[in-house]
Amino acid sequence: MSAPLPAPAAAQAAAQAAAEDARKMHVVVVGHVDHGKSTFVGRLLHDTDSLPNGKIEQVRKNCAIEGMEFEYAFLLDALIEEQEQNITIDTTRIFFRTKQRAYAIIDAPGHKEFLKNMVTGAASASAALLLIDAKEGVMDQSRRHAFLLSLLGVKQLVVLVNKMDLVGHSEETYRRIVAEYSAFLKTLGLTAVHFIPIAAKHGENVVERAAKMPWWRGPTVTEALDAFRHEDDLTGLPLRLPVSDIYRFDHRRIIAGRVEAGAIRPGDELIFQPGGRRSTVRTFEDWPGPESRDVVGTGGSASVTLSEQIFVERGQVASHPAHQPRVGREFRARLFWLGKEPLTLKKTYRLRLLTQNVDAVIARIEQVTDASTLESTLADNVPRDSICEVVVRATRNVAYDLHHECPITGRFALEEGGRIHGGGIILDSVAQSDAPSGKVTAVERTARAGHPPAVIWFTGLSGSGKSTIAEAVERRLFDAGRKVVRVDGDDLRVSLNRDLGFSAADRAESVRRASAVAGLFAGSGHLTLVTLIAPLAADRAKARAALASQPFIEVFVDAPLAVCESRDVKGLYAKARRGEIAEFTGISSPYEAPESPEVHIRTDKTSQEEAVDLVLAAIDKVIQGKGEDWEV
Amino acid sequence: MSRNAQNDHLTRLEQTSIHVFREAFANFRSVCMPWSMGKDSNVLIWLARKAFCGKIPFPLLHIDTTYEFPEMYEFREKAKVIHGIDLIVRVNEDAIRRGIGYATHDPVTVTHELKTVPFKAAIDEFKWDALVTGIRRDEDPTRAKERWFSPRSAEGNWDYKDQPPEFWGQFASVAPEGGHVRVQPLLEWTELDIWEYIRRENIPNPTLYFARNGKRFRSLGCHPITHPVDSPASNIDEVIEELKRTKVSERAGRAQDHVGRNSMQELRAKGFM
Repeated sequence: MSAPLPAPAAAQAAAQAAAEDARKMHVVVVGHVDHGKSTFVGRLLHDTDSLPNGKIEQVRKNCAIEGMEFEYAFLLDALIEEQEQNITIDTTRIFFRTKQRAYAIIDAPGHKEFLKNMVTGAASASAALLLIDAKEGVMDQSRRHAFLLSLLGVKQLVVLVNKMDLVGHSEETYRRIVAEYSAFLKTLGLTAVHFIPIAAKHGENVVERAAKMPWWRGPTVTEALDAFRHEDDLTGLPLRLPVSDIYRFDHRRIIAGRVEAGAIRPGDELIFQPGGRRSTVRTFEDWPGPESRDVVGTGGSASVTLSEQIFVERGQVASHPAHQPRVGREFRARLFWLGKEPLTLKKTYRLRLLTQNVDAVIARIEQVTDASTLESTLADNVPRDSICEVVVRATRNVAYDLHHECPITGRFALEEGGRIHGGGIILDSVAQSDAPSGKVTAVERTARAGHPPAVIWFTGLSGSGKSTIAEAVERRLFDAGRKVVRVDGDDLRVSLNRDLGFSAADRAESVRRASAVAGLFAGSGHLTLVTLIAPLAADRAKARAALASQPFIEVFVDAPLAVCESRDVKGLYAKARRGEIAEFTGISSPYEAPESPEVHIRTDKTSQEEAVDLVLAAIDKVIQGKGEDWEV
Repeated sequence: MSRNAQNDHLTRLEQTSIHVFREAFANFRSVCMPWSMGKDSNVLIWLARKAFCGKIPFPLLHIDTTYEFPEMYEFREKAKVIHGIDLIVRVNEDAIRRGIGYATHDPVTVTHELKTVPFKAAIDEFKWDALVTGIRRDEDPTRAKERWFSPRSAEGNWDYKDQPPEFWGQFASVAPEGGHVRVQPLLEWTELDIWEYIRRENIPNPTLYFARNGKRFRSLGCHPITHPVDSPASNIDEVIEELKRTKVSERAGRAQDHVGRNSMQELRAKGFM
């Protein structure tokens, strides 16, 4: 019982063509409060025969019941509250059609506190009609609304000089308003296509020409509307496909998103930013099938499977590798602020850019502009309904374009508590202000490594087990993802220190060189493990002083001489006993045991595993939560 | 039809609705789609299947007033199978026991008891934070004020005087504490768009919309208060031709809209869909 009759192919094609012609144009109506917006729209609906049957009679009847004079504006002001307040609350979307095409007209409000609603309406419009009361002239919101239109990217504008009946249909009054307002628009980079003199209340120059203004040879409002073009098609721009979601409802893994600019085809190589992973479009998974589209252009929702399974997440933007968006954390933007609370310097907001949603701070407020006078001031916060230029710094990289390169991917919203408070267009990229060009700071190195550097100096007799413990510590740190390096005294002896012997002076020099090497590694962000006998307390004290800009952990590997000598891994004790090595520590030269090492390992009482844990615990203690404290 | 045609009016509407569905599914924890089995709701099902590549990844809810036309119950069972719907059905048994019905009560009371009350109870039971509705801006002046994502308080109230701004495809993404967000993918569609799309896509619908004996239903609700309009339009092409000419409002046959001057507003403020 349910299926409708299948339409014949010819009828379907005809409907298709008709739908193409009827592509609806969205027009916003703005202007100062009481300059006649609602009256104009009511009259337009009436004169284009777009009102439902009985509507005008119903409103006339209601007016009569309440003892009010009928006004065309009441046709729109359908809510009780609006009629009580006599102002339009919200963007009422009304559909009407001329002989040429269909329109959705947004009766945007003029009352100042409802600017956010005007933005909501105007953001979806391709053209604007701005009303100016001929008698009252250009007012505060006449200017403010034009500023917002320029910011929202509404480029087609017709100014309606309304209430011409109240100025005796005077061409001179009309000319004066045209001169004043065109000069203002010029400062915004806007041009009005026409300034049409009308009297909305009487329908003059709305649909019908006004006999009372024979001097006007330009179009009527509907003629001007029919000359508007649809918004620019962005299909010719580079591909921007923000990822909305990843679907795994069955065996397929589908990347879902809407093409915001450009076009995408199966076989295209894609790069996903931020992140930079690449893959190739395998298929589009269009339902109901059996065939899917060959190409998805701007505005189309795509369901993409990839040839190579790479990590993709909501927020990333897919593009072709040759034409990628910018990737960065910081940009300069012009924004309008609609929040009840002022926009505040250094405060964190949610930055919503395409499907990206990250924390961002207002790093700088460059200027706050009065949208009505265009005067700019400096301030630390931006009050409601203002326009400003700011630097936005996100907590991590985002993919974006500059607004003049690609409008849709060059704009963003700021949100707090799930509610949108402002919107902006991106003017420039900014090199990150906390990472000036030139020297890389210790803070940056710590941030990248995830921990600050430190020097861990293992001292003890030859054969006490310093290197064995240090190697095990190095392995554990490395496996945990730490940046770690080991500087071994024996390695230095055959390279950097090969000109040195075992005299007290040479030992001191050897300790000095080892601490210099350790200092370089630590300075580059490493946890630096040094294994060097360093028998003299004075030399070790000098090393500690030289490395004072990092945490310094002295590990005393304390093994009895007899044990070390019995191990004699390198055969050095035997050589020393035979007198082949002069001034050998513990045999023919003293070892001054550290008095208060950070870690004291008694190898006769502690297993190697326990020793490694002791050292790691000491390292953890100094590197945790100290990231900010160890700046050079 | 060309596989690539994308610039026509209906395809634009379709693609935007798909985007709205996908953003809702990505943003909210738990989504549900109330289903009246009427033409708009059936278009929503179709769009959801397109958005999610064939599978509707959330449940549908039918609030059964027990006053549906018999053909609607038949249609429900059939459509459930065709679309693979995970369907939740709720009836306000308590109100029916108390004898609430059209024979004894006014339409606003019955609508409240048999639709709004069980609807709110279902929201409390399942804790949905997003509900997909078939609201269109052209239906009624109050609906012209709607947003794509429209937050509702825990009491189901709609603060239409202080709605969040909505622009550049960025929607209110967080439901108010204890409340939910109404997601409205059909906002920009008109009644004519709906029918032209149904024809283009061949979407299953109840036959009550087509004329029998010179009368057809243009909008479907509870049978005691839903009246057919005079119309010879017995198939989809004729319905479309008729809509292109008519200036009678769509809900003219729905009695609960016409009780007081602002009955629709009152119903909606109480949580009516």
